[in-house]
Amino acid sequence: MTERSVTHGTFTIDRSYPATPVRVFAAFTDANAKARWFCDPDDPQTDGYELDFRVGGGERFVSKHESATYRYESRYCDIVPDQRIVLTYEMYADDARMSVSVATVEITPDGAGAHLTYTEQGAFLDGIDKSEYREHGTRELLDKLGETL
Amino acid sequence: MVERLSLGPASVSELAKPLTMSLAAVVQHVQVLEACGLVRTQKVGRTRTCNINPAVLGSAEQWITNRRTEWERRLDRLGDFLAEDPANTDTPQEGTP
Repeated sequence: MTERSVTHGTFTIDRSYPATPVRVFAAFTDANAKARWFCDPDDPQTDGYELDFRVGGGERFVSKHESATYRYESRYCDIVPDQRIVLTYEMYADDARMSVSVATVEITPDGAGAHLTYTEQGAFLDGIDKSEYREHGTRELLDKLGETL
Repeated sequence: MVERLSLGPASVSELAKPLTMSLAAVVQHVQVLEACGLVRTQKVGRTRTCNINPAVLGSAEQWITNRRTEWERRLDRLGDFLAEDPANTDTPQEGTP
């Protein structure tokens, strides 16, 4: 029997890119372009990434790990070309819903480039964690350690 | 409040002391924290003592950390993608950074 719980969280990430807001926005609108950075190349057996970039449209991808099959599903709620994208997304582990989030991408001109702010507000359900996250975190630390040696 | 409780158990009045809230509002807050499992309370005599539930706090922090890490990696890959694929542009006259 699953113990039911909800925890809420929010975080923001800022990035500056030496590319115009038009180019940064374009990396979100084209399925081939987005798959290249959105899907983790280390993810095993990732099924094709699907994108229908319009308000009311959404995205979907599935990655099959030994421990579970993870599914990402999103719906676009607000799109302002070159400036803003608001979407909701759910993550599933097998068929158990792990989380429901509101994600906001804001793009502003920054000199010759663009500044991107990603904000996620989420409800994390029943304490279902993605064990691969921990692996990634560790691998990333080891990579960073490797770089400094 | 959660910050205070992460230092150790406290009574409701101890929680209220540094806050500019009425005792009733603090009680209400504690009830919300208790309902979502973040805090456990125990009444001994007339004093209600609050304890943080470390398991839940751990997973709440963990999920934000995990999700943030995933998105940090994504947005780094976006940076690599933008750097290596200048063809994907409506503004070919874009200057060098």
